[in-house]
Amino acid sequence: MEVVEKDKKQIRQAHCEQELKEFIDSVKDMEHGDSYLIAVLHKAQGLYGYLSREVMDTIAQQMQIPTAHIWGVATFYHYFNLTPPGKYVVSVCLGTACYVKGAPQILDAVRNELKIDLGGVTEDRLFSLQLARCLGACGIAPVVMIGDKIHGEMTPQKVVDVINQYRKADSAHSTGLASSPRATKK
Amino acid sequence: MSKEYIITICDGTGCIQKSNAAIRKALEQQLKDHNLTNDVRVNLSGCLGMCDKGPIVVINPGYTIYGNVTTNDIPEIVEEHIVKGKPLARLAIQEDHLYNRFFRIFGDAKFFGKQMRIALRNCGIIDPENIDDYLSLRGYEALAKVLTDMTPKQVIEEVKLSGLRGRGGAGFPTGVKWQVTARAGSPNSPRSTSDEKYVICNADEGDPGAFMDRSAIEGDPHTVLEGMIIGGYAIGAKQGIVYIRAEYPLAVRRLEKAISDAREHGLLGKNILGSDFSFDIDIRLGAGAFVCGEETALIRSIEGGRGMPRPRPPYPSVEGLFGKPTLINNVETWANIPVIILDSGKWFSTIGTERSKGTKVFALAGKVVNTGLIEVPMGTTLREIIYDIGGGIPDNKEFKAVQTGGPSGGCLPAKYLDTPVDYESLAKAGSIMGSGGMIVIDQDSCMVDIARYFLEFTQNESCGKCTPCREGTKRMLDILIKIAEGKGEMYDIENLERLGNMIKKASLCGLGQSAPNPVLSTILNFREEYEEHVKDKKCRAGVCKKLLTYEITDKCVGCDACKKACPVVAITGTTKAKHVIDQNKCIKCGACFSKCKFNAIIKK
Ligand SMILES: Cc1cc2nc3c(=O)[nH]c(=O)nc-3n(C[C@H](O)[C@H](O)[C@H](O)COP(=O)(O)O)c2cc1C
Ligand code: SF4
Ligand code: SF4
Ligand code: SF4
Ligand code: FES
Ligand code: FES
Repeated sequence: MEVVEKDKKQIRQAHCEQELKEFIDSVKDMEHGDSYLIAVLHKAQGLYGYLSREVMDTIAQQMQIPTAHIWGVATFYHYFNLTPPGKYVVSVCLGTACYVKGAPQILDAVRNELKIDLGGVTEDRLFSLQLARCLGACGIAPVVMIGDKIHGEMTPQKVVDVINQYRKADSAHSTGLASSPRATKK
Repeated sequence: MSKEYIITICDGTGCIQKSNAAIRKALEQQLKDHNLTNDVRVNLSGCLGMCDKGPIVVINPGYTIYGNVTTNDIPEIVEEHIVKGKPLARLAIQEDHLYNRFFRIFGDAKFFGKQMRIALRNCGIIDPENIDDYLSLRGYEALAKVLTDMTPKQVIEEVKLSGLRGRGGAGFPTGVKWQVTARAGSPNSPRSTSDEKYVICNADEGDPGAFMDRSAIEGDPHTVLEGMIIGGYAIGAKQGIVYIRAEYPLAVRRLEKAISDAREHGLLGKNILGSDFSFDIDIRLGAGAFVCGEETALIRSIEGGRGMPRPRPPYPSVEGLFGKPTLINNVETWANIPVIILDSGKWFSTIGTERSKGTKVFALAGKVVNTGLIEVPMGTTLREIIYDIGGGIPDNKEFKAVQTGGPSGGCLPAKYLDTPVDYESLAKAGSIMGSGGMIVIDQDSCMVDIARYFLEFTQNESCGKCTPCREGTKRMLDILIKIAEGKGEMYDIENLERLGNMIKKASLCGLGQSAPNPVLSTILNFREEYEEHVKDKKCRAGVCKKLLTYEITDKCVGCDACKKACPVVAITGTTKAKHVIDQNKCIKCGACFSKCKFNAIIKK
C-alpha cells in the first residue's frame, strides 16, 4: 500500500515537472521572454500549490534568471504562497462592503474555530486561512471563499457550519464515500 | 403554445453561488418534460446588478424579471408563464415604471429606472461566452467602421469630441492621451525610438470594495476587446495586453474564450477584417498587489519584475512597456469606445455634465437595500443613487456616510447627499470619483474605525519605495489605533492632519498621495466622533472594542452560559441568580454577549 502511494507521488511529481518545463520552454524564447516570469510562477503555484525553494531554483535554471530575482518577485506579490497551504484555503473577504457588514466577526469566528491565525495552516493540514479583498460578491456580503466556492451572507455561526461541512465531506472522501467539495468546481 | 420564449439565467458571480446551475438543470428538465425544448431558448448572461435578489431569471418577450428563484419554483414558472402565457406575479420583480428607459429590456424594475447603460449595455443581456450574441447587437461594427471609413486621426478626434475621461480614477481626458501616444515615437517627436507601441487594459481593480471591472469583463468581454483594437488602430500599435487580477478566474476564462473566438472570426490577428491592420491581444495575470494598479508599477509587473512605481514623466504614453510608447486605459474606459464610434462623440457628449461626459459605473454596496452594479449618467446625485436606485438604508437604520473612491477616496456625510457625481463635484466635497466603489455606511459603523480600515489597507500595500508613504502611513495608523483604544489625546487629531498633508505632498505615486484621504475626510466631516473617542472615551457605534463595556441586566436568569464562555473568568454569580461582570478583569472579547440566549447582556 505504502509503496503504491509513494509511486503515485513520484509519478505526479514527474508529471508536474514536465508540465512546468514545457510551459517555460513555450515562453522563454518568445520576445521579452523574461517578462513571463510571473506567468511561470502562476503556473508553478497552480501545479504545486506553492512555490518551494527547489521549484524556484528549477525555474531559475531553466529561464536563466538569478534565483535572488525570482525570490524578490515571488515575495513582492501576495498571491504567491511560499509555504504549502492547507487542502482547503479559507479566504475571508475583508473588502469594504464585507467589512461594514460584519466581516471582522466572521474572521474571529473562523480563527477561533480553526485555531489558526491569518497565513496559518491547521495541524491536520486540512485548512489554511487568508484574507481576500472583495471577491466581487458584495451583494451577498459578508462572503467567505473556501477552495474556489463562494459562501455568502455569512454569520459567525453559519461560517462554522460551513467549515464543518467541509470536514465531514473530507472524512467521507478519505474513506472513499463522497467526492470532496473541491471536485464540485464550477 | 406556439410562442417562442427566451429564458435568461444570470451567470454572474453573485448568482452562481446561489446555485443557478441547479436552476438551469431543473429548467431544462421541465422544458423537456413539456416538450418545449424547441420553442424556448435558454441563455446565460453576466451580472444584471441585482445580486442581492439572485438567482435572477429573465423571460422575454414580456420583460419579466424573476428574483430569488429556487429550483422548486421552476415547474410553476414553466407551467404558468411558458405553457399558459401568464407571468408569475409571486416571483416577478415589479415596480412602477415611471422614467424607466429600460422598460423594453428590463421591464418595470425600479432599480433600472434612473440608470443609463453604455459601458454595461450588454451585461445581463447577452451570453458573454457567445460571440454571435455580441455580433447580433452591433458587436464589432464600430471596428469595421473604423477600419473602412476612418483614419487613425479621425478616430482620435471622435474620442476627443466625446469628452470621455479615464474611468480608472484620475479622470484624464482619454482623447488627449490617445493623441499623445499616437504622436510619440514618430519622427518629429522628441523621443523617437521605434514604431513599436503597446495598448494596455488595466483590469487590476484594486479597490477592496468594488467589482465593476470584473463584472464588465464577465458580462461582456468582447466590448473591451473591441475598444482595445480600435485604440490600437488609432495609435498604431500591434500588440495589446490585458493585465487582470489572478483572483478573477471566471473573468480570465471568459476573456480567453473571447480572444480565441475573435481570432477565429478574423477580428484579431493578421489583417483584421481583410484590412492591412494587424493586432493581437494577450492576457497577463496580476498577483495581488494593489500598487500594481498604478500604471508605471503595472508596466513593471508585466515586464516580470517587482511592481514598484517610478517617477513620471516620462509618462507611459512616451516611454511605457519595454520602453515603448504605451496607451493604458481602464476596462470601463475601453468599454465606452465602441459606442462613441458608432453613435458619435457628439452624442456621447450630450450625456452628463459640463466637464464630465457620459456615464459612470458604480459597485453600490454596504448598508443599502439593493446592492449591485449600476451605471448612471454623470451628474446623478448621490441621493438618487442611494435612495431611488439603491432603495435606501435597510432595517430603518440611519444613513451616516457614503464612501467613494475606496482607499484613495473619502467619506461624505448626509449634507452632501445632493452632490452630483462628477469628477469636480466629488472632489470639491472632499472625496473623489475613483474607479467606482460606492459603499453606504449606517449608524452601526464607526468613522474612526473606517479610517483605520482603509489606512491599514494602504499601509499594508505600500511598496516601500519612499519614506513618507512607508513610514508616514505607519505612524498615522499607530495614532488611529491609539485613538480607537481610548488612549488618544486631542493633539493626536492635529498630528493626523499634519502628517496626512505631508504624506500627500511628499509621496512618489498616487498610492501615497491619496492614502491619507480616508483619514482626512473623516476628520473633516466627522470630527465630533474623533473627539468623542479622545475626550469621552466613547465609540457611539459600539465598534471600537476597547471603549465598550459589557453589563448584565436584570433579564439575567443565571444560566451560567456566559460564565463558562468568559476566557478570563470575569463573570461571577451563583446558578439561577443574577451574574455580574468584573469590569477590571473583562477584556471585552464579546464572548458572553454572543452566548447569552436571554439578551441579558448589553453593550454600552
Ligand atoms: C495606487 C493606485 C491604484 C490604481 N488602481 C487602478 C485600478 O485598479 N484600475 C485602474 O484602471 N486604474 C488604477 N489606477 C490608475 C492608473 O494608474 C491609470 O491612471 C489608469 O489605469 C489610466 O486609465 P484611464 O485613463 O482609463 O483611467 C491606480 C492608480 C494608483 C495610484
Ligand atoms: S507612494 Fe507608497 S506605493 Fe507609491 S512609490 Fe512611494 S512607497 Fe511605493
Ligand atoms: S448567559 Fe445571560 S442569562 Fe445566562 S447567566 Fe449569563 S447573563 Fe445571565
Ligand atoms: S466580554 Fe469577554 S472578557 Fe468580558 S466578561 Fe464577557 S466574556 Fe468575559
Ligand atoms: S467586499 Fe467582500 S465581496 Fe466585495
Ligand atoms: S450575479 Fe446575478 S444579478 Fe449579479
